[in-house]
Amino acid sequence: MTDVTHQPGPVAFPQDRTCPYHPPSAYDPLRAARPLTRVTLFDGRTAWLVTGHAAARALLADPRLSSDRMRPDFPATSPRFAALRRRRPALLGVDDPEHRAQRRMLIPGFSLKRTADLRPRIQRIVDDLLDAMIAQGPPAELVSAFALPVPSTVICALLGVPYADHEFFEAQSRRLLRGPEARDVEDARCQLESYLGELIDHKRKEPGAGLLDELVHERLMPGEVDRAELVTLALILLVAGHETTANMISLGTFTLLRHPERLAELRDDPRLVPDAVEELLRLLSIADGLLRVAREDVEVEGTTIRAGEPVVFSTSVVNRDERVYPDPDALDWHRPVRHHLAFGFGIHQCLGQNLARAELEIALRTLLTRLPGLRLAVPAEEIPFKPGDTIQGMLELPVTW
Amino acid sequence: MHIDIDTGRCIGAGQCALAAPAVFTQDDDGYSTLVPGREDGAGDPMVREAARACPVGAITVTEG
Repeated sequence: MTDVTHQPGPVAFPQDRTCPYHPPSAYDPLRAARPLTRVTLFDGRTAWLVTGHAAARALLADPRLSSDRMRPDFPATSPRFAALRRRRPALLGVDDPEHRAQRRMLIPGFSLKRTADLRPRIQRIVDDLLDAMIAQGPPAELVSAFALPVPSTVICALLGVPYADHEFFEAQSRRLLRGPEARDVEDARCQLESYLGELIDHKRKEPGAGLLDELVHERLMPGEVDRAELVTLALILLVAGHETTANMISLGTFTLLRHPERLAELRDDPRLVPDAVEELLRLLSIADGLLRVAREDVEVEGTTIRAGEPVVFSTSVVNRDERVYPDPDALDWHRPVRHHLAFGFGIHQCLGQNLARAELEIALRTLLTRLPGLRLAVPAEEIPFKPGDTIQGMLELPVTW
Repeated sequence: MHIDIDTGRCIGAGQCALAAPAVFTQDDDGYSTLVPGREDGAGDPMVREAARACPVGAITVTEG
């Protein structure tokens, strides 16, 4: 007989990873409890944690779960995140129909054709950054020399944001996503919003060639969207457009360098890179902790989530559901890897996912083929990576070749 | 095979066109549409995979 008073309490979520490309070992009990279980958030609140792949797909597509961060019952996974809730971020923090109206304005700019048209430009950006890195090394610090500037330059080109301002918006984005204090987050958001507001005002008078220019002239000036809303949309595009991809490049490279046989296979046959990117997206699941709250009672696989209860999706655990991905901890791009949830699912699935795929393919293929001797410059255990309450990735990546 | 795309739901994720590019594509605005001449799925075994990949369930496939 089980003595319930000695049952361990729910696992705390999120926790720091012990290896940057695996979920924290403290999540192991969660992986055994599919399709959903309970976790404790930083503020002591209990939340449902979705761990099963089928349940996650069903729930992320279910309109009874809300993304509205202004709801008083919406969960927070850190004090920093709680501060972000005082205003709703565009797209990912709103429900339909408001979400749909925002997304419709952006869909044409992120179509497969527009993304494909950007590929030669992405290739040039990657080539130029690698030329500069190779000219100055070895060694090099890959995050600052390559992983961050690639997506940062690409999103500037796409949106029509002057790359000369990249140090400013990269630093503010870092504070926004992982500032130590809630006031850093607030201040970073204010600074980014006033910067983007001024940029939008400038574009009204002097149109350029970016997506932001299109939005100013086709949506703002005819009155379809107001300035404040366009600023929040631009903020999401700018921040989401460089932070996430930068982390995938740095952590993806680190992961490949820790799997030399896989890396050799990729170097021998770069046509495998798109499959490798997809498998890395699944394995790394860098956005690990998608948040929702139930608007009404929702039943999933025999469990009822009650109205008002918070729901957290651990993409790293869901994407390692062994019923869908046998031997889920292995890096193996020969498996059928489709249907991973690294970009989410449902109406909020990542708007920039195909741009991210293009950037990752071009960045990783070019890095590996141009630097066949690429390796870590210091022992792997000494390289710092991000804490569990933010987008996962490497803080630094010292390499040589 | 009959394929129906609910363009009112489509969010332009492009998952259908990635899974079954012979049958699905995107229009100029980025919304899912069927490749001309392949409206019946052209016997492509990936059509069901494409429907399953759609994040908003906008694709319905019926036999006959």
